[in-house]
Amino acid sequence: MSSISQNAPGKTVLLMGNEAIARGALEAGVKVCAAYPGNPSSEIIGGLAKVAEEMGLHVEWSINEKVALEVATAASFAGLRGLCAMKQNGLNVASDFLLNLNLSGCRGGLVLVVADDPAGVSSSNEEDSRIYAKLGDLPLFEPATFQEAKEMTRSAFELSEQLGLPVLIRSVTRVSHARGNVCLDELPKSSTKPRFENWLRFTPLPAIANHKLLHEKLNRAKEMAEKSPFNFYRGGEKPELLVVTSGSGWMYSLEALINLDVQDRIGVLKLGTTWPLPERFVLDHLKKADRILFVEEVDPFLENNVKELYAQNCVDLGLKTFFGKASKHIPDVGDLSPEIVTNAIQNLLQISYESRPADYSLRAHEIAAQIVPARMLGFCPGCPHRATYWAVKIALALDGRDGFVLGDIGCYSLGMGPSGFAQMRTLHAMGSGTGLACGFGQLNRFGLEQPVVAVCGDSTFYHAAMPALANAYYNGSNFLLLLLDNSATAMTGFQPHPGTGETATGGEAPVIDLRAICKVFGAHVEVVDPFDVASTVETILRLLEDKKGVKVLIMKRQCALVSAKHQKRLYRVAVEEERCLGETCGCNRLCTRVFKCPGLMWDRQTGKACIDEAICTGCGVCSEICPASAIRKEKA
Amino acid sequence: MFIPKDPFNIIIGGVGGQGNVLASQILGEMLVAQGYVITIGETYGASQRGGAVMSHLRISRKDQFSPLIPEGQCDLLVALEPVEGLRILDRYGNPRVMTLLNTRPIQPLDVISGNATYPEVSKVIAEIRGLSRRVWTLNATEVALEMGDPIFSNIVMLGALCGIGVLPISRQEFETVIKELLPSRTLDENLKAFDRGKETVEEVTKEK
Repeated sequence: MSSISQNAPGKTVLLMGNEAIARGALEAGVKVCAAYPGNPSSEIIGGLAKVAEEMGLHVEWSINEKVALEVATAASFAGLRGLCAMKQNGLNVASDFLLNLNLSGCRGGLVLVVADDPAGVSSSNEEDSRIYAKLGDLPLFEPATFQEAKEMTRSAFELSEQLGLPVLIRSVTRVSHARGNVCLDELPKSSTKPRFENWLRFTPLPAIANHKLLHEKLNRAKEMAEKSPFNFYRGGEKPELLVVTSGSGWMYSLEALINLDVQDRIGVLKLGTTWPLPERFVLDHLKKADRILFVEEVDPFLENNVKELYAQNCVDLGLKTFFGKASKHIPDVGDLSPEIVTNAIQNLLQISYESRPADYSLRAHEIAAQIVPARMLGFCPGCPHRATYWAVKIALALDGRDGFVLGDIGCYSLGMGPSGFAQMRTLHAMGSGTGLACGFGQLNRFGLEQPVVAVCGDSTFYHAAMPALANAYYNGSNFLLLLLDNSATAMTGFQPHPGTGETATGGEAPVIDLRAICKVFGAHVEVVDPFDVASTVETILRLLEDKKGVKVLIMKRQCALVSAKHQKRLYRVAVEEERCLGETCGCNRLCTRVFKCPGLMWDRQTGKACIDEAICTGCGVCSEICPASAIRKEKA
Repeated sequence: MFIPKDPFNIIIGGVGGQGNVLASQILGEMLVAQGYVITIGETYGASQRGGAVMSHLRISRKDQFSPLIPEGQCDLLVALEPVEGLRILDRYGNPRVMTLLNTRPIQPLDVISGNATYPEVSKVIAEIRGLSRRVWTLNATEVALEMGDPIFSNIVMLGALCGIGVLPISRQEFETVIKELLPSRTLDENLKAFDRGKETVEEVTKEK
């Protein structure tokens, strides 16, 4: 990874959007950085953690996003610069604090980066976090390029300090998780001593007076936005169509104009400060064209705000026609692509365009439809979650009372799909499987007879499920919580958490023992290794039979990708051809048809199972699945 | 040596876990060092979990292009897995595309379970040949397994990419970049993987 900490002004390096944001924070002299990992935001704080020691920063993985924002805000209250980063769902968690912080204001530059995930590439939803800027009267930046991601972050710190307000940066997957050229600037040498000035008060009260002050600050931000270098226009004085865009829409729009060869017919107004809008600047450009197309990702935020502005000024501006999500020229769900923008402009200008010869498309589609099999997501080979869901499936079937599994956010969300044998039945917010179980566990008094099982990952447990577990004990709920302890925040890149004994910067940390917490919360606690399938099934069955109170079964087995980095494989696994009875076995290909670990294959020539040695990680679980004992494991 | 077209669009695609992200980053760094403007777009969410994944590289002398290659406009496809190569050509191929292919299949879950079949690899290569202007192949996974770890497959493919001579990249630049990016203890093995890829790759001529 090209180091974000090199002091080489003028040097051009290849940076991920998230790394560019991290570099911008370093160039702004940030001192405290905090986050809970969540894609597509994780590399911002992850990158800063790697350089924390040499740059003299405090960088932490906080227990959740609200605490992360509070940690960064404390730095700001003490006069230092603080950075907080999160994904869109995280802002919901942090919003309770944020929507009071706007009224109390802050002191040292405080920047909150939210990386949205249009199309939910690595998320459960595709919410648009820009709405929080409007809700909280907070200034908002939207970077469109990697260079801009760095520059905007630096500017956001300055703006925050000038206004005494936190500033939001909204990135998206295609900026955060993409890479491009970034030219570096100087790293400052600052040594501000933190001090909490005792004559200052940080409180939203009195709410009305502070709300008024907040509006005044926002008006100042609006004036400053009028001159922002992040807002600019490219095009002629009388374009046939004006494209108004922000964020990732900017590069897609340029791409569309090149594809269609209409650079001289269309103007593009690119906005980087999208709340509050630079009103005079926007109105000046609306005058240029009668037809206006909005290009932005997820909600029609820019579209609605510009239309609102137009409504107040329509007498001066005359009739305009607006195109975008409301007119269905741009889809109102999913992410953007060069094709979507090209199609929209093509339709509006009524020009024809073919990206490749039609006969090629036809041939390629035919071949793909005939011979290319679908490839769905699944647990990695050797993943402990596959073993867990297998045991759950068998235990619930043996129990026979139609029990069900409530879940939430993590790698184990894949338990909804075929690789988790479709065992998980609910998925919402972090920790909400356990919260829902609290409720289901009360329904037996109304006649619910099915056993209630919740699954929760270790990092998710610390983040949001602890209150639910305390609630369960206090209110006398009855369910079984399977705590999937793979000793990592695996989904987002294996970040450490309070159970791993390691800090974000690689230092030693005290371990908050899951077993001890659950016991304190009044649960009956046991621990199993999910790779030991038989005893896992037996334990689950026994705990399901206990009809009183909260039971926690800790499924203890490290993430296969983490253990592969520092541990030898457990077993060499092989199929004994003589023992595998193939289609005649009567197991109906249990190993491949049902268990279907990617390390297993069905050899069509021999009609028997075999192991893909390039994929198998040697967990040995499949050897317990095979009824003919044909899959053998030997200690590696 | 220069890029053959501006922007020159490369897709490195395969199955999550095969290392397309690292390969695209190494290639990008090699080109930035020569003054090119690079954009790389990646499919991340599925990267470790066995799904179909791609990295899009845009290489230009002058402009920063968007992180997604427009459909039908791939110039060079580096396919780490056979049917993934076809899947990408279906969406991004065109008559001028060149393809470098790792011939070792990874079976999708639907194939493992028997709900779908994996086509004969020779058939896949023939179809890719029909949809591409030029095609080169090697079994990069086999080469990596011979070295003792399939993890080197992506580096073997980068060596092969250097070997086909389409891009302005050399072993020297590869060495400089991986010295910065990867732990030094892996340097010798990565260089060996690169060299083995470069030696092993072969062009598939049109036989029909």
